[in-house]
Amino acid sequence: MTEKLQRFDDIQVGDQIASLKLPPISRHTLALYCGASGDHNPIHVDSDFAKSAGMPDVFAHGMLSMAWLGRLLTNWVPQEAIRSFGVRFVSITQIHDQITCKAEVTEKFTVGHENRIRLALSTCDQQGQAKLSGDAVIALQ
Amino acid sequence: MIDRKFIGHKMPQFSVAVEKGQLCFFAKATGQTDPVYIDESAAKTAGHRGLPVPPTFFFCLESASPDKDAFRDLLGLDYRKLLHGEQSFTYHEMAYAGDVLTFEQSVEDIYDKKNGLLEFVVRKTTVTNQLGTHVADLHSVTVSRNG
Repeated sequence: MTEKLQRFDDIQVGDQIASLKLPPISRHTLALYCGASGDHNPIHVDSDFAKSAGMPDVFAHGMLSMAWLGRLLTNWVPQEAIRSFGVRFVSITQIHDQITCKAEVTEKFTVGHENRIRLALSTCDQQGQAKLSGDAVIALQ
Repeated sequence: MIDRKFIGHKMPQFSVAVEKGQLCFFAKATGQTDPVYIDESAAKTAGHRGLPVPPTFFFCLESASPDKDAFRDLLGLDYRKLLHGEQSFTYHEMAYAGDVLTFEQSVEDIYDKKNGLLEFVVRKTTVTNQLGTHVADLHSVTVSRNG
């Protein structure tokens, strides 16, 4: 996986890593995630239920977007380099939204003998509205 | 209001086996095409001992608890009013298909904002593998809308 080898000395605060742009979220995507994740909350797949709970329609699992952010990270570094990964679910990701995942280096630091960087993470929809906001700490050689 | 006496409460621990088919289904559902996550031989070539548990899948394994509703039942939460507020992971070791992971959940905090209109439950979960190695910690904030 040499293409995933990032070097601490080559990284600068402010660097952006390649974004990940997803296709519009379909009901099929949500049904697959419902089954695969074990999150069987009907609010994400059953529009009758969603409406009865006061929502206009079904909406995406927050953890689906977090999984996409995870793909963004593991596209860039091997997973074993990830020390921590966290998000806040800022606003609801709606059905048909087209999500882009982004990451930017915000800090370089050392813990013990390990070089680490912090990435600011975000997902936004086709209008640029923030959906998830978070950060990850990555160990680099 | 959620009873604050549950702060510090520990749930009974449970174990979940990580299945290869489950990981492949998760890869499909999340659009993952990196062979490391779907092809065992590619994973081994990359130095793994099997298909890796991807970063957020620990949350899915946690929700595979034999008593899925234990947390909501304990705290008296109505799941129509719940939102996932925050989720974070700290990683110590990789986990793989074939591992058996043990989850120990506890209520770390309960607090409210807006005069109780929003209540927050912070859950901490420690994950260890079949060798007793500490694999990961999960932090989850659930929001209950009481309006």
